[in-house]
Amino acid sequence: MKNIIDTIFANATRAIAFGVLLLLAWIFTVLFEHSLESLQAFGFDFILEDKWAPNLEKFGALPAIYGSVVSTFLAMVLAVPVAMGIAIFLSEIAHAKLKTPVGISIELLAAIPSVIYGMWGLFYFVPIIRDVFGGVGISMLTAGIVLSIMILPFMAAVTRDAMNTTPDILKESAYALGATKWDVIKDVVIPYAKSGIIGSFILALGRAIGETMAVTFVMGNVHKISTNLTEPATSIPVALANEFAEADSDLYYSSLFELALILLVVSFVIISIAKFYFLRRKRVGQ
Amino acid sequence: MATIVEITEEKALEVKNFEFTYAGADVPSVKKLDMPVAKNSITALIGPSGCGKTTLLRSFNRMHDLYPGNKYEGEILFKERNILLPKEDLIRLRIQIGMIFQKPTAFPMSIFDNVAYGLRLQGLKNKTELKDRVEKALQDAAIWNEVKDRLTHDANGLSGGQQQRLCIARAVAVEPEVLLFDEPTSALDPISTGGIEELIVQLRERVSIIIVTHNMQQAARVSDYTGFMYLGELIELGRTEELFVTPREKLTEEYITGKFG
Ligand SMILES: Nc1ncnc2c1ncn2[C@@H]1O[C@H](COP(=O)(O)OP(=O)(O)O)[C@@H](O)[C@H]1O
Ligand SMILES: [Mg+2]
Repeated sequence: MKNIIDTIFANATRAIAFGVLLLLAWIFTVLFEHSLESLQAFGFDFILEDKWAPNLEKFGALPAIYGSVVSTFLAMVLAVPVAMGIAIFLSEIAHAKLKTPVGISIELLAAIPSVIYGMWGLFYFVPIIRDVFGGVGISMLTAGIVLSIMILPFMAAVTRDAMNTTPDILKESAYALGATKWDVIKDVVIPYAKSGIIGSFILALGRAIGETMAVTFVMGNVHKISTNLTEPATSIPVALANEFAEADSDLYYSSLFELALILLVVSFVIISIAKFYFLRRKRVGQ
Repeated sequence: MATIVEITEEKALEVKNFEFTYAGADVPSVKKLDMPVAKNSITALIGPSGCGKTTLLRSFNRMHDLYPGNKYEGEILFKERNILLPKEDLIRLRIQIGMIFQKPTAFPMSIFDNVAYGLRLQGLKNKTELKDRVEKALQDAAIWNEVKDRLTHDANGLSGGQQQRLCIARAVAVEPEVLLFDEPTSALDPISTGGIEELIVQLRERVSIIIVTHNMQQAARVSDYTGFMYLGELIELGRTEELFVTPREKLTEEYITGKFG
């Protein structure tokens, strides 16, 4: 009897696990199927073409790809140093009495739905950017800043957790040789936690690149490549969120699906690198 | 009152009326302790688990200062100064008094960089001098032959015994005057343990050594003096061969004959 229950349970969980894999394959297949028309019409040029003109039935993904890459890059450049600073403070410097409340507030910030970051960005950040940097305020720069603020708590929390795994005895060994706190952070804690830290950055990157709601309000959805960061721009998810409802031709519709397919593949690769390369479980017994 | 043997050698350290209380604890973990530590000899600290050996050892290099709220009282004299005074330069102190831990603690860097670490902290940049001093330290720690062909490899690839000798090399590289060992072989197999014990005996030529051990045979094998601690107090300090054969305190006798522990 017990054996039968065990067998049923084992098979049920196995089925669920396979179900998840199937779901992934299914999503991929659907995106691929719907992209076919666009794939056939434009081929590889789709990702090199910088014109997105629905009224001319001309679709090129380059502006959206460019916007995704640049806004994510901006977000990372702004968030990484701040997240490192917060994590170092929380794991190595802050007094125990401060660690918990600050740590918890950061985890709470990480749980705020991204649409709220988007609304906040629209009402508070857009005017500030307009006043400080010029332009209309709705821009690549605004998107980068809002994204960086959105990924910051997650990055800081995971980086702190990685740093906290450094054994006390290892830090003490450095102090015992005459190291200062800063020496220990730089030579022991960061190198020890390095792969976890990089892994958290890449996961944050994955979130930023696929983020929709936080940037839809503040980016403008303009398919134009500009080196001026204060001009409106678009990204793959922003284009998808704005244009699905208005896709009035099969090719338009299919092109949007191909955009989604590109995003899926890119996110999948990023998350895989983070998970399988950097966030592997550490070799035990160091 | 504790029974403390007259030390004939020069003293490396002298503990006077020392007390240590952990942050938040109501009672001190080390109480009213007096203890001389002979120069260029090995002093072993034995006693049942929780009797305060580690606590005392970590006071000699002020390790307890890394955590807030701990309290020292009394004096520990070293080179004619009381190192418990707030004005003590802890970086200089920790260079002069090195420490080896219960588990090997190789840093996440190469074998060479591990040993060079303390020297680099002191600002030594000259490549040839660094190389010479790293080689000398590795030889002193009897591990040079095993690692000389892979100095650039990650130190975590070494075996446990090798890593512990690497940690000893790292500690002797900065030429300390005192070395503190806290159960340095408790994570090692018997063969590596033998190697480390031999090494500790050799190091006595150049440094004064205090070793905490829960293993009485180890104390008997390596040390010149042995101190027996119980409930935060030093019960007896004697020459090792005398203390194990003719203990003067009843508690010491009961402990070494295995009546408790
Ligand atoms: N960090 C700490 N905070 C509070 N009490 C401690 C701490 N470390 C050790 N103690 C207490 O101090 C006493 C001595 O511990 P310790 O020096 O580690 O003993 P030993 O090394 O002889 O086994 C024990 O009662 C232990 O519970
Ligand atoms: Mg101990």
